[in-house]
Amino acid sequence: MSDLTELGVAAIRDGVAKGDFTAVEVAEAFNANVAAAQPALNAFIVATPEKAVEAARMVDADRAAGKALGKMAGVPIGMKDLFATRGVQTTAASHILEGFTPEYESTVSQKLWDAGAGMLGKLNLDQFAMGSSNETSHFGNVVSPWRRNDGGNAPLAPGGSSGGSSAAVSARLCPAATGTDTGGSIRQPAAFTGIAGIKPTYGRCSRWGIVAFASSLDQAGSMARDVRDCAIMLEAMAGFDPKDSTSLDLPVPAWEAGLSADLKGRKVGIPREYRLDGMDGEVAASWEAGIAWLKDAGAEVVDISLPHTKYALPTYYIIAPAEASSNLARYDGVRYGLRDLPEGAGLQDMYAATRAAGFGAEVKRRILIGTYVLSAGFYDAYYTQAQKVRTLISRDFKDAFASVDVILAPTAPSAAFALGEKSADPLEMYLNDVFSVPASLAGLPAMSVPAGLNSQGLPLGLQLIGRPFDEQGVLDAGLAIEQRAGFAAKPEQWW
Amino acid sequence: MSVDTATVAKIAALARIKVTEAELAAMVPELNGILAWVEQLGEVDVAGIEPMTAVIENQLRLRDDVIDADPLTGGNKRDAVLANAPAAEHGFFGVPKVIE
Repeated sequence: MSDLTELGVAAIRDGVAKGDFTAVEVAEAFNANVAAAQPALNAFIVATPEKAVEAARMVDADRAAGKALGKMAGVPIGMKDLFATRGVQTTAASHILEGFTPEYESTVSQKLWDAGAGMLGKLNLDQFAMGSSNETSHFGNVVSPWRRNDGGNAPLAPGGSSGGSSAAVSARLCPAATGTDTGGSIRQPAAFTGIAGIKPTYGRCSRWGIVAFASSLDQAGSMARDVRDCAIMLEAMAGFDPKDSTSLDLPVPAWEAGLSADLKGRKVGIPREYRLDGMDGEVAASWEAGIAWLKDAGAEVVDISLPHTKYALPTYYIIAPAEASSNLARYDGVRYGLRDLPEGAGLQDMYAATRAAGFGAEVKRRILIGTYVLSAGFYDAYYTQAQKVRTLISRDFKDAFASVDVILAPTAPSAAFALGEKSADPLEMYLNDVFSVPASLAGLPAMSVPAGLNSQGLPLGLQLIGRPFDEQGVLDAGLAIEQRAGFAAKPEQWW
Repeated sequence: MSVDTATVAKIAALARIKVTEAELAAMVPELNGILAWVEQLGEVDVAGIEPMTAVIENQLRLRDDVIDADPLTGGNKRDAVLANAPAAEHGFFGVPKVIE
């Protein structure tokens, strides 16, 4: 039998349905890869091989009994450790939630199990999803399976915050993984590791049971090796949930069945403000290649302006910390998670000691920024001003989408950087989200697809941003690029 | 606007995060770097612009006003609610003495 771990979501689903192999064989093959890679890549916080096999057994039994199989039947996946999973530790990669074992299942993960997927384990991430390199996890860095071709073997960042997800998918530890995106946390890691990842319209996927970071921005999505696999998995994840007050009460389109790389009659916008001074030449070249590919697929390419682009990052770094400071107030050492009770301490001292011990440096930094911008006397100058600028950023997109159907831009300003290269300066790390944050602030569907390798042998991603609810337009343009880029590179196995 | 050590200490107290003197000293320049950078938002003309409250137009719903509308999150879940508490006692959350 060929190596089952080279197969993606569609191939596994179809192969299991046809009886080419069993779901248990698939689960066991991926379980073996997960175990073998863990010491070197640290992509998982907890592996759950028995869960993967158990779900696979049920799929094989259903097939033998002639029952209808779900959209993800027989596909084992990685679950970002931000999704609450009943009976399996859920930490958000923090010390404060270490040992927390939910009594309930997140809506998105439940939908995936209902569709026949099985869980290989809980994936590492930046602590509370705050980071762009997976260097803020309490459980250690994730190391990218990719290496530069200079022979130096410097350990590279898998991107963040969904860095366990991106590393695991590109290293063939799982065919697909969940991610969450607050300011680029699906797209940037996908770009860094040569895989595809989509963040749908805000509200498509329920936030119920996802550890909250910034509630007006947080949105779950799928990460896999190609566009079709992302579409299949997103279909299984999305849908109305009354338990999430901002869940969209809309039917889930048949994105996989609707896939078409024929872009005749479609208009693609190229935002001039994304051409930064001193832009990486290879990133600029891959963007040009993307433009040519979309033209080749029949699209008309037009220049557009998104005038408030330069203000998106500072806006994000007010709004996201403000919401985080409020959301993370729940970690108090009383109801769940860590408690640090110094000798003779009262309740207030216990709160302060617990939070000092339980939160990492980046999380504390963001809570302090958020507390400051929401404090009396500064609220209007920072927070209200940022929410007004957010309205303008959103309006820029609305105006642009009056004349174009989809927007093409780079996903990140560079290929993967080395671990430690940017972690000393928080601002420099924040700037890595420059191309991904605007779509998040506007709640728009956006995806990253692999475009090619740079001269160091590292993947570069291209980003597609669509109108609200138009995941199909994003996926179609992504497919057109995928077919023309012919990206087949994978990291050489060294782990 | 920039923050000094006293201000950062006050913010940390508001956020209920204990910080050492050394941590405070390190945080002041970091926070000032970030604040100086976000300050550029002040130059945007926002006259007549409403602050965003919902990124995708959406009517907030109310659930039915009935007991156990959702059996999963409804009543009679004491043991499940307390299952992860660091100090559950007699069916309650245990905390250190609050009133002196």
